Amino acid sequence: MSRIQAAFERLKREGKPAFIPYVMAGDPDLSTTRQIVLALARGGADLVELGVPFSDPLADGPVIQRAAARALESGTTIAGIFRLVRDLRRETQVPIVLMTYYNPVLQHGLARTVRDARRSGVDGFIIPDLTPEEAGPWREALRGTGIDFICLAAPTTPAERLKTLGRVSSGFLYYVSLTGVTGAKLAAESELRKQVGRVRRAVSLPVAVGFGIKSPAQAAQVGAFADGVIVGSALVSRIESAGRKKAAASAGRMAGAIARALAG
Amino acid sequence: MGEAVNRKSRSFLSSKHLPDASGHFGPYGGRFVPETLVPALMELDREYAKARREKSFRRELAFLLREFVGRPTPLYFAERLTRDLGGPKIYLKREDLCHTGAHKINNTIGQALLTRRMGKRRVIAETGAGQHGVATATVAARFGLACDVYMGTEDMARQELNVFRMRLLGARVVPVDIGSRTLKDAISEAMRDWTANVRNTHYILGSVLGPHPYPMMVRDFQKVIGIEARRQILKAEGRLPDLLVACVGGGSNAMGLFFPFLRDRSVKMIGVEAGGHGIKTGKHAARFAAGRIGAFQGTMTVLLQDREGQIKVTHSVSAGLDYSAVGPEHAYYRDAGRIEYTSVTDSDALEAFQLLSQTEGIMPALESAHAVAQLRKLAPRLPRKSVVIVNLSGRGDKDVQQAAEIFDGKNARQKKLKIEN
Repeated sequence: MSRIQAAFERLKREGKPAFIPYVMAGDPDLSTTRQIVLALARGGADLVELGVPFSDPLADGPVIQRAAARALESGTTIAGIFRLVRDLRRETQVPIVLMTYYNPVLQHGLARTVRDARRSGVDGFIIPDLTPEEAGPWREALRGTGIDFICLAAPTTPAERLKTLGRVSSGFLYYVSLTGVTGAKLAAESELRKQVGRVRRAVSLPVAVGFGIKSPAQAAQVGAFADGVIVGSALVSRIESAGRKKAAASAGRMAGAIARALAG
Repeated sequence: MGEAVNRKSRSFLSSKHLPDASGHFGPYGGRFVPETLVPALMELDREYAKARREKSFRRELAFLLREFVGRPTPLYFAERLTRDLGGPKIYLKREDLCHTGAHKINNTIGQALLTRRMGKRRVIAETGAGQHGVATATVAARFGLACDVYMGTEDMARQELNVFRMRLLGARVVPVDIGSRTLKDAISEAMRDWTANVRNTHYILGSVLGPHPYPMMVRDFQKVIGIEARRQILKAEGRLPDLLVACVGGGSNAMGLFFPFLRDRSVKMIGVEAGGHGIKTGKHAARFAAGRIGAFQGTMTVLLQDREGQIKVTHSVSAGLDYSAVGPEHAYYRDAGRIEYTSVTDSDALEAFQLLSQTEGIMPALESAHAVAQLRKLAPRLPRKSVVIVNLSGRGDKDVQQAAEIFDGKNARQKKLKIEN
């Protein structure tokens, strides 16, 4: 059983949704990211999503675009991120998922990416521009490694396709709460509840919801009907305004508040 | 003989051809987009496949191309340019004479018809040089659709005239002030808008780029250029041309001209990329000279990127060629050895801009001037009997101000040098 599956199993027994914070690796630099991830884990993160910066992140809103630009400015590479995860593994066993566009993975090499992920302790990948139809070579590279490939589903995804996504995805399914980019406005609760119900009926995997969840209150609302709650832009925005020195402490406090709201 | 050729071309056009059902041209193409957009692309694919089989759709498209766009465009024998270059007989395919001044409208008309079929009331587009933006704003006005055009602020500055034209046509021009502030950022922003508004909005992508079915569909809407040119040259010369030359940004004008000739083995084809300040300077948009395969903005193709897969910022005097990726079908035919690609520099293009203006009284777009510049290099080595078609993809009015600034700058520098000496 993968570390991600184990985490969802444990949370299911405890009757709690998973709290999954997202931060951009290398924003503002990798050593700060290291402190941030440790603070998130201490604050109650059940999984951590680490963004791999890309020059043209077309699924992302302005907050994460700016974070990617800062990370690239500080010289962040995918190899550097694998080194960071390897270092982190000496201090935390929190499942770590890389969220990356396909091209950086492709250029690093599919086999090499998988090998580096295994060696460093990366548990899974979310690749927003890699659909199941195009994912053949990548899934082949992952085969037998126990590393999860987490697919995304959207409000526009028809029922038939949800089933396909549920088959291809492993670990969990990432449900994009809205038609839009990261950091946009969250859909009305009743609508979202209905949508997540639709997804859960179609797939057997845990369903985590992301895009647009900004506050502990919203997280708790979504956590009432989802298996996991992903908070990205709000946290990245907090890190941006906190500045390098206070970034980890500030992110940790926000994580703590969300984790408490989800547990309560 | 003419009839035999025609029959061959018809069967070729209706035959099964690339891309495959999932939008791949060999290793290139495909669909690399956020999941939110996949259903919309599938719908577009279905709707387009249905429409192209319907006589009424084809008839309406043909009518609009004739009566609204002004097709067929002439295949013009450039007598003075031919004499001046002292080489082959040069014909210009006059896409600059299309309504709105470039080939872009061939595609926007087709996509506007599809938008209406899908019951969507709003269109968005990206634009570099502004020609595709103007062509989209034009069909939006013609069909009563709301229209937002994304344009990098750098491009807005160098193509001010087209910004005014779009606004006059009732479109909103949305400034894109991120990244390099040029075409690639405009495409990213347009895709983000589409992701948010996909239920009521159609994205009129302007080149043979992006996710399937765009590269195929835009090619199909543009291949009218080559179909006409083929018929026209057979009439004028009684034979096929020896060489076709076209500029390649995303590559829609080039693919439009080349595609109907692909099976005519005797016809050589050259696509001309933007060499900017020269390949060695790194300031260019010559993807085939310095790029490699990667996934970007919806498609797998040849890209200018660094070792880490980050997309490089390009440079060209011509906003329409200033882009990091090339259409996937071009990459396929480059590998197959069917189409050759090369590049010319900014200054080559500017000289060709003047040359064509002064020998033929035809002012080409700076994009198209790249094709003319390549021909200028080649012509002395080609036999006089050979026949060449250059795609004059757009007219140069939009570039006058920019060219004037460059030429004035040059004159001022030369004057200063003289005084100092």
